Order: sequence, then structure tokens, then C-alpha cells
Amino acid sequence: MADTTQANLLTAVHPSEAEGVAREPLVLNQRSLGWITDRICGIVENRQPLIWWILFVPSVAGFLALVFSLFYLVSTGVGVWGMNHPVAWGWDIVNFVFWIGIGHAGTLISAILFLTRQKWRTSVNRAAEAMTIFAVICAGIFPGFHVGRFWMVWFLAPIPNSNGIWQNFKSPLLWDVFAVSTYFTVSLIFWYVGLIPDLASLRDRAKSLLRKRIYGFFALGWRGGNRQWRHYEMAYLLLAALATPLVLSVHTVVSFDFATSVIPGWHTTIFPPYFVAGAIFGGFAMVLTLMLPIRKLYGLEDLFTHKHIDNMAKIILLTGTIVGYAYIMELFISYYAGNAYETDAFHMRILSGPYTWAYYCMFFCNVISPQIFWFKWARHNLWVVFIIANFVNAGMWFERFVIIPTSLARDFLPGQWGYYSASWVEKTLFVGSFGLFLMLFLLFLRFLPVIAISEVKGVLPESDPHYPAWKRLRLGRRGEK
Amino acid sequence: MGNIFPRWTNLLAIKILVGLMALGTCVVAVAWYSWTPKHTRVGYMPEQPIPFDHSLHAGQLGMDCRYCHSQVENSPHSNLPAAQVCWNCHGPGKAKADSPKLELLRQAMDVNYEGYTGKPIEWVQVHKVPDYAHFTHQAHVNRGVSCAECHGRVDQMPVVVHEKPLSMSWCLECHRDPGKSLRPLDEITNLAWKAEDLDSKAFYAYLAEKMETSVSKLEKADEGKKWDRELIGAHLQKAWSVHPPQDCASCHY
Repeated sequence: MADTTQANLLTAVHPSEAEGVAREPLVLNQRSLGWITDRICGIVENRQPLIWWILFVPSVAGFLALVFSLFYLVSTGVGVWGMNHPVAWGWDIVNFVFWIGIGHAGTLISAILFLTRQKWRTSVNRAAEAMTIFAVICAGIFPGFHVGRFWMVWFLAPIPNSNGIWQNFKSPLLWDVFAVSTYFTVSLIFWYVGLIPDLASLRDRAKSLLRKRIYGFFALGWRGGNRQWRHYEMAYLLLAALATPLVLSVHTVVSFDFATSVIPGWHTTIFPPYFVAGAIFGGFAMVLTLMLPIRKLYGLEDLFTHKHIDNMAKIILLTGTIVGYAYIMELFISYYAGNAYETDAFHMRILSGPYTWAYYCMFFCNVISPQIFWFKWARHNLWVVFIIANFVNAGMWFERFVIIPTSLARDFLPGQWGYYSASWVEKTLFVGSFGLFLMLFLLFLRFLPVIAISEVKGVLPESDPHYPAWKRLRLGRRGEK
Repeated sequence: MGNIFPRWTNLLAIKILVGLMALGTCVVAVAWYSWTPKHTRVGYMPEQPIPFDHSLHAGQLGMDCRYCHSQVENSPHSNLPAAQVCWNCHGPGKAKADSPKLELLRQAMDVNYEGYTGKPIEWVQVHKVPDYAHFTHQAHVNRGVSCAECHGRVDQMPVVVHEKPLSMSWCLECHRDPGKSLRPLDEITNLAWKAEDLDSKAFYAYLAEKMETSVSKLEKADEGKKWDRELIGAHLQKAWSVHPPQDCASCHY
């Protein structure tokens, strides 16, 4: 067409833009491709700010506390934990479910949001996937030592042995082993595959030969050729499709650990969807908890924008409300079903039991506090978002505490009732798991690009093959400032 | 992109991978062979303080196992004989009373002997299951499991040797299919017993009474079948309702 005008071109590319309802851009201030690479690689290449060290040193101390706590546990015996009859699942399982749940946001962002083409995921997926992997590592420690004889953990794997025994495939605890290990493996591969082009960028920018070699080794000879990109994107798509069922399956299986048992307070059919919603809820809260300071600290405001925070706050609001619905439905069913043990279990959970305080902590943090995200000003005030995210972190821990030990402490017969509180060894282990998590995350910030450089570039308007050439020219001049 | 890596690294990854796979295979093979009771226990043959010869006593002389291991039918633990049991035959003026091999026995028993100490003989235990695995002899020997099933042909051993692995999988092998290891109760300590030794007439009569059926019916059902331990064991398992437990708590309690 000879009379193609600039306006027509725009309409062809972004119909909505031309009509004056443009989408908020995902990268602000019209940052150029070069700026994005410099800014993100700069985090890895430059000296870390003082605050990195201020956080790193206590994290390592926390990690050492974890090692000490486990050493003390193994060398002395499981009696150093506060668990006993009737509460045999205490903080260890609470923390396991807590950490496993946190990982779910990473998988959701990397897999489901990828398949549904939510372009805003590109700024958060790398950090969220790293968070997933580190959270699953933390989670794995707890059941590993919960089995009592850590050196017998290999019994969990179906390996032929001279005992002539085999795993009990009817047990949800075994399903859990497979679910969590699959989850970890797929997450790790997904994360690594995503890193390859960025590792190549770091390799190409590296000054010293050693650095070139280390990044070069992990970049697997990436050259960014057309064929490589084609294979890479297909692999990424397939991995995303593989990872998608995991978002639902892992926490479903975790919930089966409880739901398939007969303990009142555990034995409910609502558990799988309720656990999955809770996991995504808690996971997004942790992503925000990590990303808000990182964004400020490393000057990533143009990449991780209010739009991202707004979206995640909305997800927290949605999943928090689903979780609240589940809480209320549990109460309703316990009344409506008319099972005496069930009714009693929930009566004791909310009114007469020894742990009612935990229930109300949970309810406030998880159901009431996120409701503030109905308001736009709250979603856009970083302090409000940060505080609510931490309420959710705490609330999700309390949720697992409310479900696990408090149900066991009030079993069928009053003769089996008891009270559980964690010993200092369990508490040290929990604090230590945060140390390990933060330590790994800070090392990740130090050595790997925190935002997926190649993917963020893909959501810039100029990455669109139909982006008009005259705009591209103007962009060339823009990068200088 | 420059040449970061020298040329010789081209095949390094494959070499490392092959090396690791070979190493892994070796580790598994070595562990499989040498870290299981088949290797670690079988063949254990400690020297005893008195070189007691089972092949002589239980074999040639035909002594019953229960003469010395007298509590095996009434106790989880099969006892070793006190020195008094040896003394019954090897006392002053009796069999081999002056043998130098019995020095320790005289020290333990003979009050008139100059070297008398009264100290019991410290036999070395050969067959031992771990503390957390409870094995009971009485449950087995009273249900048709011969000594030979776990200890082998002790009546042919000059020195007792650990012949079977006694591993958990080995226990379970029989617990999952006990028929082939059962024999009539009065043949328990007859280590040389064979299926042909059994009088089929008397056996069917015993079964018929036990299972409240007739001899002819049983014989008819068995027509054409080979008369072997498997057949006898299958009958006994049915007659005695032998259902060995397989849950963890049956041995680990």
C-alpha cells in the first residue's frame, strides 16, 4: 500500500495503542537493549553493596547454626526435638510444608505464566525459580532428618537391597518423595536452561580467563545463532509444559500426607486445592519479600515495575481469598457433616483448644491482611506491599502449624491428648533454614543474573518483528543518555 | 567469542561422563558383592575354646540336637549347653576323660583337678541376628522348620560354619513361601531327612485326621504328583495353617 502512514503502521502492530488505551509498558523509561545487559550483568560484575555483606554474614552464621543443630540431633538422638506422643509431627513437618509451598510461585511464574503468555513474568521468573530451588533444598532437609536415621534415607528410593523389602507404594509419604524430587529436578533443569543465554552474555563480557572459562563451561558453548535459539525455545516450551502439572501435583501430594490419614482435622477432601492455593499464595509473598529490596538495592525499578508488583498483589489477594474460603468451608463442613470427632476437632481448633492463638494469627495474616489489596493505593505503596507479604509469610507458617501439631494434640480419645512445643534444637534448625535460604539466594545474586536478560529484551516493543523501522532509528540515538 | 578452552577439552565432558559411569558401576558391583550378608556372614568359622566336633557327636554318634540345645523348643533363644552337659559323658573315668582338648572342661568342672577354676567355657557365637531383629526358635521348630533350614548340615561340620546368609531378604524368602521349608515335627532334628524317608500312608492318615477329610480323597488329589518336599510342605502348611507374618513389627519390636 502506497499510502501507509505511521498511524496505520501502529494500528497494525498494537491496535489498542492506537485507540488510546495503551498497555502499561513492562520496561519503563524506554530503556535500550544495551542498558538492560549492562544493568543486570553489572550486579554480578561490580562490587556488592555493603548491605549484601551485612545480610550475608548472618546468613552464613544461620547456616552454621543449622549444621550444628543437625549434628547435635544426629549425634544425640531424635529425643532432642520436642516431639513425643501424641504429637509426632511437629516443627519439622511444618517447616517442610512451609518451604515446599514457597517454591510454588516459582513454578507457576516459570511454567503457567509462560504458557499463558503473561509477558510480565520475564522480570521475575529467574529470581522466583532460584527461590523455588533454594526453598526445596531447605524443605528437603526436614523430612530427611525426620525419618530418625538419616543414614537410612536411601530406603526411600526403590533400590534392590539385601533386606528384600520394597517401598510401600500405597503410602502418600512415598508419593511425596517422588513428587518433591521430580519437582526439584524439573525446576533445576528449567532454571538452568533459562540461564544458558545469559551465562553466555556473562562469559562474553568477562575480563579474566578464569571467569570466561567458568561461565563458558556452564554456557555450554552458546553462540546465540538462529538454530540454537530455535532449539532453545522449543526446549523451554516443552519444559514449561512438563512443569505445569507440577504446580498442581506437588502440593496436592503433600496434602495427601494428611488428607489420606484418619486424624480429625486432617481427613478432609478440600485439602488438595486448598494446599495448592495456599502454596501459590505463600510463594508470591516470598517473591515480593525478596524482590522489593533487590529492586531498590540494585536499581532495577525500570525492569521490575509497579505493574509487576500490582499483578503479584492481585494474585496474593485472589489466592488469599481462596484460602480464606477453604478455612471457612472447613469449619462449615465440620458443623454440617455432624461427625462428632470432626466437630470437636474444629471446636478445639478455634475455641477451646490449647492452640487457638495460632488459629487467629493464621486467620488474620492470611485472610484479613491481604484484603487491603483491593485498594490500588495499597498495591502501589511498597511499604504496605512488603509488610503484607511478610504477614502472609508468617501466616502460611501458622497455617501449617495449625493443621499439623494441633490436630495431633487432640486425637480421638482424651487419654491421648497432649501439648507440643518445639525445643531449642528445632527452633535453631528453623532459623538456620532461613540462613541457608538467604545464603544461597545472596550467592545467586552475586554470581548469576537476577533477571532473565534475554527474556526481558524479548518484551521490549522493538523486539516485535513488526516494529516500524523509523522508530528503531530513533531508538539508536536514545541509548546514549 | 574467542577460544576460551584448549582443544583437548573437546572430549573432556564425554570422558568424564564415561569415567563416572564406569566408576558408578564398579561401586555398585563391589557393594552388591561384598557389603551384603551373603559375603559378610557366610563362611564365618571361628575357632572355639574346645574344638567340639559336631560331625562326630551329631553325625557319627547320632546325638539329638536337643541333648545339648535343650531349650530350643520352649524358648526364643536356643541355649548353649552348660559345662555340666559335657561333663555327663566326659567326666572322670568316662569318654576321653584325659584328652588335652578337654582341658578347659576339667578346669570348669573337676573340683579335684589342680587347675580347677570353675569358669564356664566361653563358646564363640556363630549365628547372630542384629539386636533389632527378634528371632524366636520355638516358633519355628514347633512349626516344622528344621534346624538345617537356617544352620545347614551341622551334623556334617567338624567345625561349625555360618552357612546361610541370615539376611532379611533370606528370612523373607521363606516367610513369603514357607511350604518348601516344612517337614513333619518328629523329623525336625533329623538333619539328613529326605522326602523319600516319609511313609506316605502314615502321613496321609495324619493329614486326614488333622484336616477332617479322608485318606482316599487326599491320595486321589495327589495322584500323579511327584512325592517331594514341596508336596509334603504344601500339605503341612495347609494342615497347620502356617501364615508367617511379613509386617515390620513381627520381627522388629
